[in-house]
Amino acid sequence: MFPIVATRQVARGIKLFEIKAPRIAKKQRPGQFVIVRLDDTGERVPLTLADANPEAGTITIVVQGIGKTTMLLNMLEAGDSILDVVGPLGKPSEIENFGTVAVVSGSVGTAMAYPTARELKRAGNKVISIVGARSKDLLVLEDEVREVSDETYVLTDDGTAGEKGLVTKKLQELVDAGEVDYVLAVGPVPMMRACANVTAAKQIKTMVSLNSIMVDGTGMCGGCRVLVNNSSQFACVDGPEFDASQVNFDVLVQRNNMYREQEKASIERLQADPEGEVRKLRKSNAQHVCALEATLAEVAK
Amino acid sequence: MTDKPVSNNPLPNKERIKLPRQRVPEQEAQIRACNFHEVNLGFPPEMARQESLRCIECPKPGCIEKCPVSVNVRAVIDLILAGDYLGAASKVREDNALPAITGRVCPVEDQCESGCVLGKKGEPVGIAYLERFVADWERETGQFGSPVSAPATGKKVGLIGSGPASLACAGDLIQMGHQVHVFEALHELGGVLVYGIPEFRLPKDIVHHEINVLRRRGVVFETNVVVGKTVTIDELMHEEGFDAVFIATGAGLPRFLNVPGEHLNGVYSANEFLTRVNLMRAYRFPEFDEPLYPCKDRDVIVVGGGNTAMDAVRSALRLGAKSASIYYRRTEKEMPARVEEVHHAKDEGVHFEMLVNPTRFLGDEKGNLTHVECIRQELGEPDDSGRRSPVAIKGSEFTVPCQVAIIAAGTSANPLIQSTTPGLATTKRGYISANEDTLATSKPGVFAGGDIVTGGATVILAMGAGRKAAKSINEYLKGLNGAAVETEKAAVN
Repeated sequence: MFPIVATRQVARGIKLFEIKAPRIAKKQRPGQFVIVRLDDTGERVPLTLADANPEAGTITIVVQGIGKTTMLLNMLEAGDSILDVVGPLGKPSEIENFGTVAVVSGSVGTAMAYPTARELKRAGNKVISIVGARSKDLLVLEDEVREVSDETYVLTDDGTAGEKGLVTKKLQELVDAGEVDYVLAVGPVPMMRACANVTAAKQIKTMVSLNSIMVDGTGMCGGCRVLVNNSSQFACVDGPEFDASQVNFDVLVQRNNMYREQEKASIERLQADPEGEVRKLRKSNAQHVCALEATLAEVAK
Repeated sequence: MTDKPVSNNPLPNKERIKLPRQRVPEQEAQIRACNFHEVNLGFPPEMARQESLRCIECPKPGCIEKCPVSVNVRAVIDLILAGDYLGAASKVREDNALPAITGRVCPVEDQCESGCVLGKKGEPVGIAYLERFVADWERETGQFGSPVSAPATGKKVGLIGSGPASLACAGDLIQMGHQVHVFEALHELGGVLVYGIPEFRLPKDIVHHEINVLRRRGVVFETNVVVGKTVTIDELMHEEGFDAVFIATGAGLPRFLNVPGEHLNGVYSANEFLTRVNLMRAYRFPEFDEPLYPCKDRDVIVVGGGNTAMDAVRSALRLGAKSASIYYRRTEKEMPARVEEVHHAKDEGVHFEMLVNPTRFLGDEKGNLTHVECIRQELGEPDDSGRRSPVAIKGSEFTVPCQVAIIAAGTSANPLIQSTTPGLATTKRGYISANEDTLATSKPGVFAGGDIVTGGATVILAMGAGRKAAKSINEYLKGLNGAAVETEKAAVN
């Protein structure tokens, strides 16, 4: 059982969680992720780590409610528990002194890019962050990103914050000015694909973090396979970051749509009785604690 | 003093060999093909007694010799005849920590039952059903036939993985008085017993029960720990105080066919398909959240001929597939699956297409699988495994409708631990190198066994490795004591 020790609403539909998970907190590196399962009947969902505090034994995740599990998770508060959290999984981000790096992120992707940006800065890079969102109320961790960046540009689709436009507009300007040596792009697939297109002409190394569907997260099932340089790679163990110029984004989009119908049905069921679902989760996890205590008591006897 | 114990079998041998083998009751094929309940229902006590009466009590029992963990089958059968079912269960547990499981999934026709003298002329004693009977009796009557452990040694052993190798090892080590801590990467304990083998062949409750027996005996289990990621072997030994470690993480990565179209929606590895169905209970969607690409009213093809392929195809059938087929590149004779599993699959309506191999998966504009193109094969010269290798027949390609394809073409080594453990030697194929007799690796105090050493094998072979490891870990720990005494002596001098 993994207790939630603090939460914070960071944007509309996006919530930050600090979760007690000492083993993961100790080992976490930027770019890695965890897999969570909320309760006994839950699915396993990968979520990128936004930070960790090894001393306090906590990890931070920032969650956008887009599927049943993430929506349900976002209804939980400090004091609630998550049944299973496993990690840190995947390879950490590549950290070295590339020169000038552009860290491009969209919406909740900013939370995932943030720890890598911080590490890149520590490694001596000039870090230029380009933070985007559809609208002002979907921007996350803008202040944190500013703190670790030499320059920060904010863009929104509707112009409610920063400049109006897409993140690729700014990236294009920087690339044209010949200012960028390395790019990390984290966000929705269309955004990452667009970034890859911008940097392709000048062959600037661009890494993207792929959010494919996973089950175990250890390489055992192969469900997260993505086509990279025309060969099958497992996002969970070979990634999640890959060289964007080699990623087949069409296959990624197609495979991410595999369970569209079931996902829709699950969300509808949750929305029919959200409070009931939260109650069910709390009850189920409480029973787990009781069962465990009973076994421990018996073993002690 | 004579070795021959008093027998509880009242019949003379010539009467015993006339008795027919008892047929274990099963759920009817048409009914079971629509549910996930267990196929074999097991012996009631009277049938267990009848079957036990058939044993002619060989002076040198071939059944014991052929059992990878050397269960004292003869003594067990005698205890059944004495009506002491709990005693029989304890007797099995002396050599086998998981009798309710092996009694269900062991390939007995190649093991204990192949050593039974009766099998030479007729049918062997149904040893697996008897083993299962006593284990089920123990569980269903809420009793624990667990032996008493040796005094505590104060030594701590970490077992990586909670599959059959690890559980068997845990049973022996706790018996020897060591502290045992099992680490599992997934959220549920049991390894392949829960993510791989379906409910209808091995109910999860039985696995949980066997694990609870170990827990009551003092084994500590920790889930959600991916050794190599969450913690490394070196950290376990140097920071967490483990005196020895046993790596039993299973085989790992699924093999694909590497043919075009394998990324289409609807193409699964058997590992993923079975993990979704078994571990994640996707067959109970929406009660359980994990989704599964629908099999209902669809044509499902499983590529492969092993037990995993049988488990996958029979699961697909139970999920309402319109047709569920096995496509195998050799003939039925070469199929590695257990004979009983193949029979069960056939009875349930699984279609078998032999000497075929997929060449291409075809899909629609959304990327959903619609057809599979295959090519016919013929058998050529024998390969390394001694089986004749299939050769494609030119121009024999054909296309069949298929919306779900499951690839059960074996697995390869998962490099997670090897790549994060300096000094741990591996084989050319990436498995962990371990001494055949001691299962010791190149790293002191680190042992390895099961599929991560041998490549994909069976539950009972993994258990055999677990027991072997326990024995040599015990020796190793004794050696540590010796070394400690030596150091103390040196200090005094």
